[in-house]
Amino acid sequence: MNIMTNPAALDVDRIRRDFPILTQTVRGKKLVFLDTAASAQKPRAVIDAMAVAMQTQYANVHRGLHWMSERTTEAYESTRDAVAELMNANDRSEVVFVRNSTEAINLLAHSYGRGVLKPGQAVLISGMEHHSNIVPWQLLRDAHGIELRVAPITDAGELDMTAFESLLEDGKVGLVAITHMSNVLGSVTPAERIVSIAHAYGAKVMFDGSQAIVHRKVDVCALGCDFYCWTGHKLYGPTGIGVLWGKRDLLERMPPFLGGGDMISSVTYEQSTWAAVPHKFEAGTPAILEGIGLKAAIGYVRAIGYDVMEAHEASLVEHALSRLAGMDGIRVLGNAQQRGGVISFIVDKAHAHDVATLLDRQGIAVRAGHHCAEPLMHRFNLDSTARASFGIYTTHAEVDALVDGLVRVREFFQ
Amino acid sequence: MTQADNFADLRDLYQEVILDHGRRPRHARRLESFDRNARGDNPMCGDRIQIWVKMSGEKIGNVGFEARGCAISVASADLLAETVQGRNKDDTKALFEAFCTLARTGTCPSCKSELIESMKVLAPLSGVHEFPSRVKCATLAWHALIAALDGSKEVSSE
Repeated sequence: MNIMTNPAALDVDRIRRDFPILTQTVRGKKLVFLDTAASAQKPRAVIDAMAVAMQTQYANVHRGLHWMSERTTEAYESTRDAVAELMNANDRSEVVFVRNSTEAINLLAHSYGRGVLKPGQAVLISGMEHHSNIVPWQLLRDAHGIELRVAPITDAGELDMTAFESLLEDGKVGLVAITHMSNVLGSVTPAERIVSIAHAYGAKVMFDGSQAIVHRKVDVCALGCDFYCWTGHKLYGPTGIGVLWGKRDLLERMPPFLGGGDMISSVTYEQSTWAAVPHKFEAGTPAILEGIGLKAAIGYVRAIGYDVMEAHEASLVEHALSRLAGMDGIRVLGNAQQRGGVISFIVDKAHAHDVATLLDRQGIAVRAGHHCAEPLMHRFNLDSTARASFGIYTTHAEVDALVDGLVRVREFFQ
Repeated sequence: MTQADNFADLRDLYQEVILDHGRRPRHARRLESFDRNARGDNPMCGDRIQIWVKMSGEKIGNVGFEARGCAISVASADLLAETVQGRNKDDTKALFEAFCTLARTGTCPSCKSELIESMKVLAPLSGVHEFPSRVKCATLAWHALIAALDGSKEVSSE
């Protein structure tokens, strides 16, 4: 596949043909899938890569001395190279495979939180985190005497940078753990500024890039961050595989997370020694097929190109915001300057769950609820919102279908 | 085209009775004097209900509630309040069981004859059985009521 250079050249029809599921009908209507931020659909390349592996080249990795195991190990480990290249990591050994972002953050909270941070230090998160970037730090706080601080966000849904900096000023914050893009508001956080301010006060920085990496190029060297995590299934890859990238010297200072096979150097009853990074953090048989599928997803995304994807999604967001702004009784949450393809909204006189069900009756899939971000809901005095999210296969006509569907919801609940 | 025709595809779940009780619930108020109360939470979607029960001897005298949730959950709480008055605890539990069957399957074939009038009132909620993710919206208030009668203060509907 050629890498397209003109962002305007994204051929959505051609892209859609790569995603077999998009031809499905739902409740007798053409599927309008606007829930990509929860989990993206899978292109043929990913489906085929996993099926071909199962049909032609599969065995356990890292331990077999036979042909199948060696070939499978090569295929699985080549995903680590693909991830390192995707994120512009210095070294493939900085790429730790995990199940998902939640596991990545738990790993970090456990191994960096207990192994490197000291009681009395603090972890700083933001007011727009997913529960997966709140709860692991609460567990750390309660078990290890680490203070948990929360940097507020503005009404626009942007990080309050003045407050953020003031929370770092006493030098107690050892780690800033913050989203790179909100799964509710779509706000993209100013990553380079966050890193430079945090580093100035001696804090390391972890970004939760679960949403961001779907919509924009992530270059960990350019960002200058210390850790970055994301999950494969939102980037058009399989479930069950995610990435924690970390600077090698930091990963080396961290004790293991899970113990078991594959993560050891030697084991006796008296003591065991650990494998080198990244394998120190990868206990047990990994998600082999999912790893192979993830490489195909990365290849697919890179062939299209982030510049093209970003331009397409920006155009969808602009179209959606402008159409929603023209509707009575619809309020969009947040209006950050920098945002990706996620829009949360509330409908006057209709609860978000009713909105989602009524849209579903029209074949339109959106998410409704607190989006695993209850504190953020409370920040806006809400319990739930409806959320439409876009991917590379989303069309402007689907945005129009959403708007038409919402017009009917409004009339229905009048 | 009439409005009903316009929305025919949406009415299987949202019958007029549900829209009406969802929009204008008759029993959505905190009782000033009550004997039992409980809170019901649906942690997956954030729905929450508080329910107050005034007993009249062994029987339920009056029910009031405050709900934060969708049209289905509010309408269901309101219809609950209309159907449990005058029932003792065992009667109420029998109606609860029958309603849960209705919500999960769309029918209640082995309903006791003394429940049939109440089940007719609750029947507009039977459409939720086609929407597995919404069954808990319809049953949340009922779980809270049973918790209140059993003396529990909180219940979670999954």
